[in-house]
Amino acid sequence: MKYLMLVCTDPNYTPGQDDGAPDVVDWVTEMDGKGIRLMGNRTRPASDATTVRVRNREVLLTDGPYAETKDQIAGFDVLECADLDEAIEVATKHPMAWAGMIELRPFWPNDED
Amino acid sequence: MQDRIAGIYADGWSRIVATMIRFTGDWDLAEECAQDAFAQALQKWPKTGIPDQPLAWLTTTARNRAIDRIRRASTEAAKLREVAAMEPPSYPNDNEIPDERLELMFTCCHPALNLEAQVALVLRSLAGMSTAEIARAFLVPERTMGQRLFRAKQKIAHAGIPFRVPPGHLLPDRLPAVLHVLYLLFNEGYGDPGKAGLAKEAIRLARVLTGLMPDEPEALGMLALMLLHDARRPARVDSAGDLVTLDDQDRSLWDQAQIAEGTVLCERALRRRRAGPFQLQAAIAACHAIAPTAAETDWPQIVGLYGELARIAPGPIVELNRAVATGMVEGPDAALALVDPIVESGQLDGYYLLHATRADLLRRAGREPESMASYRAALDLAPTDAERRFLRRRLATVAASEHGGPGEADFRAR
Repeated sequence: MKYLMLVCTDPNYTPGQDDGAPDVVDWVTEMDGKGIRLMGNRTRPASDATTVRVRNREVLLTDGPYAETKDQIAGFDVLECADLDEAIEVATKHPMAWAGMIELRPFWPNDED
Repeated sequence: MQDRIAGIYADGWSRIVATMIRFTGDWDLAEECAQDAFAQALQKWPKTGIPDQPLAWLTTTARNRAIDRIRRASTEAAKLREVAAMEPPSYPNDNEIPDERLELMFTCCHPALNLEAQVALVLRSLAGMSTAEIARAFLVPERTMGQRLFRAKQKIAHAGIPFRVPPGHLLPDRLPAVLHVLYLLFNEGYGDPGKAGLAKEAIRLARVLTGLMPDEPEALGMLALMLLHDARRPARVDSAGDLVTLDDQDRSLWDQAQIAEGTVLCERALRRRRAGPFQLQAAIAACHAIAPTAAETDWPQIVGLYGELARIAPGPIVELNRAVATGMVEGPDAALALVDPIVESGQLDGYYLLHATRADLLRRAGREPESMASYRAALDLAPTDAERRFLRRRLATVAASEHGGPGEADFRAR
């Protein structure tokens, strides 16, 4: 199963909550090596975001993020896992699960099978 | 005949649902096929008699129904290929059917599902209650409960929650979730005489769990705790529907066989030397249950057990209980010394039993005016009529006399 792993910051972050967290480079190396991480990247902060909407065939642009996402999204990865339990274990090993939070979203399945 | 079929339903429903989930991977289809198999049994068995291997008969019937349903659903070609590729399981006798109720329990209680969804799934798939029955038990419209179950099953399918017993390294995280749901069901049924069926069902499921995981001391401890509490049920409420405190309960009404069973289970669990909160609470409940009279309760032992509980599972409620037990050994002043910090912390401000307990201790310490103020605070917070009536009686007693009788912690009546 494919999961989108949204890596988010914690607005209530307190220094020290991520003491002892694993290293992100180790995480990428391990998950790439296992064929679990298909792709991923950090994203620039919300201040660099542009929101695009088309209304009445007119393109409307907003400087900044779509309101509800605030400035929480810090990056994403795409995972290929056997099931949710494996995806949870992978997410648990990511340092941002300690310093922030991670949302796992299953992909809508392809019609390949 | 109807009774025997009902008995087979109680034991067989979850077995068949679990087998069908494994076979089809589809929870709704699994339930439908199980339901259909029982409907056919109700129709045929009164004429043909109950087969020698009823579970095998039901499973085979459910399986044939599933194959039928999948074949007819032409849009689900992939599923059809899957089923066709499978060696269709055939069960000549009941003993050969794999018991996958443990897989079912762990999947229903997966922490990625919210607690309400977990409870609803357990009642539907494991206890075999209908959506309407579950809705009634939780005072929500049937439609709401139907949606809750629907969404939970969707989440299991879409999010990829596996149908399995978690591997060893995940068990310490996952078993408590299962225990939590079963105990919550028990409490729901224990607190309300109208829902006694839920408590019985929780005990039945706890027996299934300990039967399938005999080496988990906390599971044994939880079953022991349920049995010990449930044994006192006939004495907990008087004919007027009022709560009776542990002190005042008629101990001849307690179910001695169930107390004996609970005590043995608790000892068996503790011998494994992996004490946990359920085992310690069961040991405390056993101390109360085996005392011939309230006065003969082994309070020093209970103080020790609460001390251990406070060490491994600290919290203000445990602390409050420890204070009460300490009060029984060392007197009300020693107990108040432990209760006052809880009051000052403000953690249990809205908890009527904190105020009721403090009121009782103050009464025993001869501080009647303060005691009455605490009883009034408890009265404002008490959740049920029975509890309010109880507190009013206590308040009246304190107001009427300068000296109370031998005190008893009000909340242990629960």
